[in-house]
Amino acid sequence: MAAQRRPIGEAGWGRTLGAGIVAFVYFFPVLWIILTAFKTYSDALAIPPVWLFTPTLENFVQVFSRSYSAGAEAVATGFDRFFFNSIFIAGSSVLIALVVGTLAAYGFSRFPLRGNDTYLFIILTTRMMPAIVVIIPIFLMFQITGLAGTYLGIILLYAVFNLPFTIWMMKSFFDELSPDVEDAARMDGSSEVRLFFKICLPQVVAGIAATAVFGLILTWNEFLFALLLTGVETRTIPVAMAQTIGGDIGVRWGLLAAIETLFLIPVIVVVFVLQNHLLRGVTFGTIKR
Amino acid sequence: MSTISLRQVTKRFDKLIAVDAVDLDVGAGEVVCLLGPSGCGKTTTLRMIAGLEAATAGDVLVGGERVNELSPSQRNIAMVFQFYALYPSLTVRENLAFPLAAERIGRDEITRRVQAVAATLELTHVLDRIPGRLAEGEKQRVAVGRAIIRDPSCFLFDEPLSRLDVELRQQMRGKIKEVLSGLSKATVIVTHDQLEALTMADRIAVMRDGRIEQVATPHEIFAKPANLFVASFIGTPQMNLLPAVCRGIENGLIRFGVDAQEVSLPMEPALARLAAGAKVTLGVRPRAFDLAREPSAGTLSAVADLIEPMGAETLVHMLEGERDIRVVVDRTRRVRPGERLHMRPKPGQIHVFDATGGRVSA
Repeated sequence: MAAQRRPIGEAGWGRTLGAGIVAFVYFFPVLWIILTAFKTYSDALAIPPVWLFTPTLENFVQVFSRSYSAGAEAVATGFDRFFFNSIFIAGSSVLIALVVGTLAAYGFSRFPLRGNDTYLFIILTTRMMPAIVVIIPIFLMFQITGLAGTYLGIILLYAVFNLPFTIWMMKSFFDELSPDVEDAARMDGSSEVRLFFKICLPQVVAGIAATAVFGLILTWNEFLFALLLTGVETRTIPVAMAQTIGGDIGVRWGLLAAIETLFLIPVIVVVFVLQNHLLRGVTFGTIKR
Repeated sequence: MSTISLRQVTKRFDKLIAVDAVDLDVGAGEVVCLLGPSGCGKTTTLRMIAGLEAATAGDVLVGGERVNELSPSQRNIAMVFQFYALYPSLTVRENLAFPLAAERIGRDEITRRVQAVAATLELTHVLDRIPGRLAEGEKQRVAVGRAIIRDPSCFLFDEPLSRLDVELRQQMRGKIKEVLSGLSKATVIVTHDQLEALTMADRIAVMRDGRIEQVATPHEIFAKPANLFVASFIGTPQMNLLPAVCRGIENGLIRFGVDAQEVSLPMEPALARLAAGAKVTLGVRPRAFDLAREPSAGTLSAVADLIEPMGAETLVHMLEGERDIRVVVDRTRRVRPGERLHMRPKPGQIHVFDATGGRVSA
């Protein structure tokens, strides 16, 4: 019997199923977190795990209440503050890194210095050391300058932390642009400033979007610097989350899962909004002319 | 005045000499084509006029003023790039208006000029598209429109038609010629396509290895090539170049031995300096032969080998020993492979080049 024909390039049931299983395995931890967020305290701890349960929003309510009663003790959460901190700190630092990094990348790409590659390499080396190696000098610097515990301090730190990646990535986007287009703009009497803003920058929007997403995810998830360099007022979610673990009655898994679920939302929203740019951005430059 | 002059302009890239002491004058309203094989320095020459490359030595003059030290934006020259170099993120309308922004003119005037140029080049219906959504011919017209929208001192075109298909190329050739003729600006067009040069140029500058080999009108380049390179580069099919030896002068005729055969020309004063025994090259274009059935004095004979019908005409490759002589005959003249033919070069259509490759006959 002749094999059933299907359009070339279309996967059969077997492959689709295989891909589905792999996807499920990867997604399972996230799914478990989301499910747990809707469970009551006892459902979350049940062994064997409960699959069918009456969903509750009590965990989410607790995330945003200033204080609630857990048995006999009153616990303060105030996660609205930490959410604001995370969004504000990640957003500002990525914005600063993008503005400074894009300009620097354009400079490195179009107006190379003597020893341009050396400078670029030095910039890259700052990312070769693990964060834990530099944390002590940075901690001391922050103590001395009074930046410890301030928004300015942690935003600057993250911005600098994001810069090497931003410069390298944006430089590769600028390198790909056609030099003829810029020559044409110069022939047309354009100033260098107008050339940058009207001609070059619009062509790398996808690259900026991709760079921004990578920077945001990196900063959003960052724990170590935030733990040591933010104060009570400037604490970010990863740190705050870690601090909810513990207490007299054990880990409150439902509460933790609810925080995590909320913590995922901004990243998903950003990636969703920028997905078209993102795809173009990450595949850009993979084919060298 | 809209003129361009190059005085001993040279460009070196490290050790490579891309352009070697080039002199060229383009008058107002004149179209000069720089024609040559790839890598001959024609685009580099153009980019030096534009200011996109700095000349290593020599002077570039636009309107009589030395502009070597001016940046491209200060030179007020419009250029059409080979790959059009349209601004990808701007609409056609914004692309056309881009050069006007530097001129500080009113919004109404910009709109009026964009409309006028779009009408001339039949772009009105695509004004709001971005270049990525245009057909190749439309992109080309936008590139031309962006050049003519302001009032530059002169125009430069870098291989303007190389990306178009044959039909569009013919259309655009006419269109560009028409547009340029109304502007009376000095124009330089770079091309490797001789047909483009022959049809569009008032004068052609043939370049090889960074040097200009000949500057002349299309007619003169074709009728009186200055040397072997120009002779073989211009004209399709290529000119036949036959090594020959001067056999001396007799009865007002000068005789040349070509292999075992002989060709004679009427004597001209310029040929008097050829001594008997001098080695020369005779150039005869494939269309400059008359075919004869019988041999006679002054005919070359050879055997028809490969026959290529070209429509109105037929190209016949004639073999004589090692030599391949190309002859174009009318399509009504039937030639069979293996047939022996006798070819008589038409009077006045033999080009004589001396041992150094320079033209001898006047």
